[in-house]
Parts: sequence; C-alpha cells; structure tokens
Amino acid sequence: MVSPFFLLFAVFGFFPLVYTAWVSTHDWSLLAGDQGFVGLGNYRELMADGDFWNAMLNTVAMFVIATVPQLVLAMVLAQLLNSRLRGATLWRMGILLPNVTSVAAVGIIFTMMLSRDFGLFNWLLGHVGVDPIAWQDHRWSSWLAISTMVDWRWTGYNALILLAALQSVPTEIYEAARIDGAKAWRTFWSITVPMLRPTLIFVSVVATIGGTQLFTEPLLFNPGANSIGGGTTGQFQTAAMYLIQQAFTGQRFGYAATVAWVLFLFIAVFSAVNVLLLRRIRSAE
Amino acid sequence: MHSRSRWLLPATVLLTTASLTAACGGGGSASSSSGGKVTLRVSTFGKFGYTDLYTQYMKDHPNVTVVETAEGDLGKYNTQLIQRIAAGSGAGDVVAIEEGQVVNFLQSADKFVNLQKFGSNELKDNWLPWKYTNATTADGKTTIGLGTDVGGLAMCYRKDLFEKAGLPTDRVEVGKLWPTWDDYIATGQKYQAGIKDPKAKFVDSATNTYNSILMQSGDHTYFDKSNALVIESNPAVKSAWDESLKMVDTGLSAKLKAFSPEWNAGFKNGSFATLACPAWMTGYIKDQAGAANTGKWDITTVPGGGGNWGGSWLGVPTQSKHQKEAVELAKFLTTGQSQLAAFKAAGNLPSNPKLYSEAALKDAKNEYFNDAPVGELFVAGAANLKPVYLGAKNQPVRDAVENAMRSVEGGQRSAADGWSEAVKAATKAAK
Repeated sequence: MVSPFFLLFAVFGFFPLVYTAWVSTHDWSLLAGDQGFVGLGNYRELMADGDFWNAMLNTVAMFVIATVPQLVLAMVLAQLLNSRLRGATLWRMGILLPNVTSVAAVGIIFTMMLSRDFGLFNWLLGHVGVDPIAWQDHRWSSWLAISTMVDWRWTGYNALILLAALQSVPTEIYEAARIDGAKAWRTFWSITVPMLRPTLIFVSVVATIGGTQLFTEPLLFNPGANSIGGGTTGQFQTAAMYLIQQAFTGQRFGYAATVAWVLFLFIAVFSAVNVLLLRRIRSAE
Repeated sequence: MHSRSRWLLPATVLLTTASLTAACGGGGSASSSSGGKVTLRVSTFGKFGYTDLYTQYMKDHPNVTVVETAEGDLGKYNTQLIQRIAAGSGAGDVVAIEEGQVVNFLQSADKFVNLQKFGSNELKDNWLPWKYTNATTADGKTTIGLGTDVGGLAMCYRKDLFEKAGLPTDRVEVGKLWPTWDDYIATGQKYQAGIKDPKAKFVDSATNTYNSILMQSGDHTYFDKSNALVIESNPAVKSAWDESLKMVDTGLSAKLKAFSPEWNAGFKNGSFATLACPAWMTGYIKDQAGAANTGKWDITTVPGGGGNWGGSWLGVPTQSKHQKEAVELAKFLTTGQSQLAAFKAAGNLPSNPKLYSEAALKDAKNEYFNDAPVGELFVAGAANLKPVYLGAKNQPVRDAVENAMRSVEGGQRSAADGWSEAVKAATKAAK
C-alpha cells in the first residue's frame, strides 16, 4: 500500500515541481498559453537579468537584517520566559499575539506609521530636528522598515518554540553544571545552546523559507501605483515579487516559472548551508 | 493557585482568539444562484457611479442581486483581472475593461462572451464609432465590450490656494494662464513664489501630468499599430517625459505617488494645487477631498487643448455562470440613460454621442467644483475625441516608464539615467 504521505506529496509537491519545470522551458504567455519550446533560453536570460539579481540581493539582505536580530532576541525572550514569572501564561501568549495579527494589517499599519508627510515616525523624528525621511526612497530605510515588520511578527513565535525546547532540557544537567561551579554564561554556551541545536536548525530553516518568500510586507510598504515594482529603482523588490511581476504584470508565465525554479534551488542550497553551519555547534557531551 | 491567575488564562485565550478571528474577516463571495435567484458580480476600478443603477436594476429584476467589487488602483485591477481571466475563475460576471487593456484582451477574445451574439451590432449607434470598433476584433466578428465612458481632459485646481498665492481664481482667467504646458509650468513657478509654503506644491507628481501630455500627442504612444515598441522613435514620448520633468526641476511637484494613501490625503490637505483631470477623475477628487472642501476645487481647460485619457468598456468573461443575465446587465449599464446617471454620480463622460446635444449633459454643472460647467468643459471636445492606440502590453510598459520617472523625481537617478532606464525597462516589459 502506498503511504498517504507519498500520495499527497505527489499531488501537491511533485507534480507542481515537474509541471513548473516544463513550463519554464517554454515561451508561455499568461493569456495566450504555450508559444513554443525554448529549451534553456529562459534560464540563460534569467542568469543575465540584472533585475532578478537585484531582487535576490534584496531578499538575502533583508533575510539577514531580519533574521539575525530576530533569533537573538527570540533566544533572550525564551530565557526570560523560562525563569519564574508572575502570570507566565499571559506573557507567553502575549508574545505570540503579533504573530496572529494578519500580515496585511501589520503591513498597512507600519506603512502608515512610516508615511512621509503624515507618519508617526517622521513626526517623532521631527521633534528631535530630523527632516522627514521618505522611507520608501532609500535602500537602507526600506530594508530596515520591512525587516522591522517581519521581526515584529515572528520574534515571539520563535521565542515560544525555543522556550519549549528549553523546557525539555533535563534539569539534572544544569544541577550538575552548578555543582561543578559553572557560571551562567558558561552554562548557556556549553549546555543550553548545544541542547537546543535541533530546534535552532528547525527555526532557522523555517526562517530561511519565510525570508526567501518575503512578499506581503514589501508589497504593502509600496502602496498605490505599481506596488509590485518594489520602489522606484526596485530597491526593495524581493524575488517573490519579481516572480509575480513577471507572471502577472508582464504576463510571461514561462519566465516566471524559471524564476520559481531558480528560487527553489536557491532555497534548497541555502537551507543545506544553514544546517551545515548549525551542525558545527558543539554537541553536548 | 492565585485567584488572579484563574481568570488570567481564559482571558488570554479569549484575547488571542478575538484577534485571530478579526484577522480572518473579509473575503469575497462568489457568484451563486439558488431557487432562480441570480447573483451577478460586477468588477470595476476607481469610480463608476453605478450604485443607484444597481438599485434600480434589482427593483426591475427581482430575481437578480448585483454586487460590486471596486479596486482603487488601475494597475492592480488590471493585474488581478488578467490573473483571473487566465485562471478561468474568480473574475466578475461583468468586468470593466480599461482602454490600456482592451487590445490585450482582444488577442484572447475567446475568453470573453461575443456580444454580437446578443445583438450588440444593433446597438452600435449608441457609441462613438471608434468606441465600438476598438472593442471588436480586426475581422469584425467578435465584440468583447460595451462602451461606458471616454476620458475628455481638463485641469482641476484649488481655487482657495490660487487666491492665497495671488493668482487669478476665475476659471476662464485661470485657463488663459496656460495655453501650453510651458505656460502651465511658468504659472507653477509664480504659484510657488506666491504661496511661500514649502509643503504646498503646484502639482501632485510628474507622472499624472506626463500621462496627460502623452495622451494629447498623436494617435499612438508606446506601441505603433503593428504592436511594435516605438518608445524611442515616437518623439511624443520623450517630449512628454522632458516636459513633465521640467516641473520636478523647478520644484513644483509634491512627489506623491498616484493612488497612494498620501496622494489621497493630499487632496484634503492641499498638498498640491492642480491636477490634470480626465472626466473620471472628478468623481475621485470629490471622494478624496471630502465634503469639507466643497467649493475649494474648480475645473478649467487643460494646457495643450483637450485630449482623451481613459475610458472603459464592460465585458462578460466566458467563465461567468450567468452569461445571459450578465450581458443584460452590461447592456443596461451602458445605455444612454445609464451613462447619464453615471456622469451625474461620478463625472464619467458618456461615450454615447446622442447625449452630447442633450441639455442634461451639455449644460451640466458640478456643484462640488464651484458649479463648474463640466458639460461645456468636457462635452465640447468629446465628439472630436480621437482614440489613442495602446498596445497589448501597454500596462506593463506604462508601469515601467512611470517607475523610472518616479526615480528621477525622488532624486535616485539623473534625468538622463532615468530615461535610459525607462527605455530599458520598457523594452523588457514589452517582451
């Protein structure tokens, strides 16, 4: 008997993958359909496409800017939540609240707060004598703004997962460490982090997938005409936005399928590198 | 256990659930029919002014319920519509097809109901001749849309701000200030000097003016009639580009992106004093500026003498489950009387030439705009409006060029770099 997993995977995983690969080797118009086989033509074009690499740069940069502080902060939060607190459940559920807010609401509210003329941030900055910043216009400010939205939603979620892992570390190990005279910092690096390794791998792989699929926040950050362009010079257009732009604004379905496949390969390689890096964290002995 | 923590947990759960539920609100409803009742979904963008017409139609057809979904931004609407037409589901039963999109859809005319099968040829005379043929395939056998409006061009301005800046305020006098776009820019410089407020600019952004100038110049823009990209060889594009950027150089632009929340707020807050307005824009301005600003806006003639920007058709996608009923509704919404009603509600200029001599249209005044004689301003030129040919890939090319223009406006690129980027991006988008 075939396992249900393989059936589901064939329908929702394998078939779309293969079909996308097939479409990517064709000149495929969204409305008019298949316009003929082009072999690896789309891939060759994509490799030389400056806009695509620009989008990849934005994606990777925002991933790093968002994920590194996010995981560090989540670790700190998890430690805090693991200590004895009054109303622990309230705090634990409280930090999850940003995550259950709709991403659209987050995007819209943050974008309003970052508005050039009437936004909260520029109003506050005005009090300390800073001229209004057009947050969308510069690369650094748009990256910062979008990464902040991502972190606002996901830090609490990761903190909870790390907290669960922390609680599964046997207390005997800590007690033994204390008896051996280990300080808090030493305990953290030599016991907590190694024991958390599988969880850290999970959290960072999920963050990698989320980061490479970053779409809604930058889209909503650019309201009005041509949202999908990610700013006037594409300074915050992500790879996922570029894919959608090619497929639906440009109506080049074949080319968009090529973007999708390259993105898939990229995520696979990137996750593998991530896992390898995290494996190097010393195991607890 | 503390007495406090006993209610703390349920309260937290409740709070979390509440925000979860709130986050899941909304979502569209598909068209459906039950017990002979038919629900027709109409998809539009901007403002079509059909609300009263729906009520009337539902009264006359008790078995029909009409639901409208309207998207503010045209680019977003177009992308969404193409997506749904391509996917074969999700589009409305009646959809608005904008002028920049009609050529694209004519290339896939099989995705739309051929209205000739429902007798559209007999109704032909209800539209300007080109309005009907532009929604018909080259062989003349398939018609995919019934004309709604055309986009006569005028200039909307803030009377109160003009007064503050020491400029004339009477619409005839104001019109005399700018026979050409150069005069318009010169007036803008006088405005900036007079208003003495760095936050009050003369114009909203370069792109809106750019589109107006472009649509005034000739019978095609980015594409010639064989659908070849002519952005570099058609001098109209570059000269519209240069003219609009002059406004940025002279500091007249508020640099607000069209259809963004800040642009919308700008109507209310007086961030800009003028805006080139096709007839359909007047309804939008009224909505955004709001009742508190009644009488502050006025309308006069546009530099360069008229033009045609915008205008739509109503079509019925073949994916609709109620094609017959949908065609009936589309026919009703595009009759002369309905076009007149839409004109009154949203300012959209009718495409039915029989109306142009009727007093209800010819002598119409718009109360919101200081009783501006909109009939005279828009209708006078309507009969002579020439269609502008927009290629199948007009929308992506326009997006690309506008985006390059915004990058110059925002200071990220020099004008020369911006133009070469516009050409490069347009060439790519035209693929």
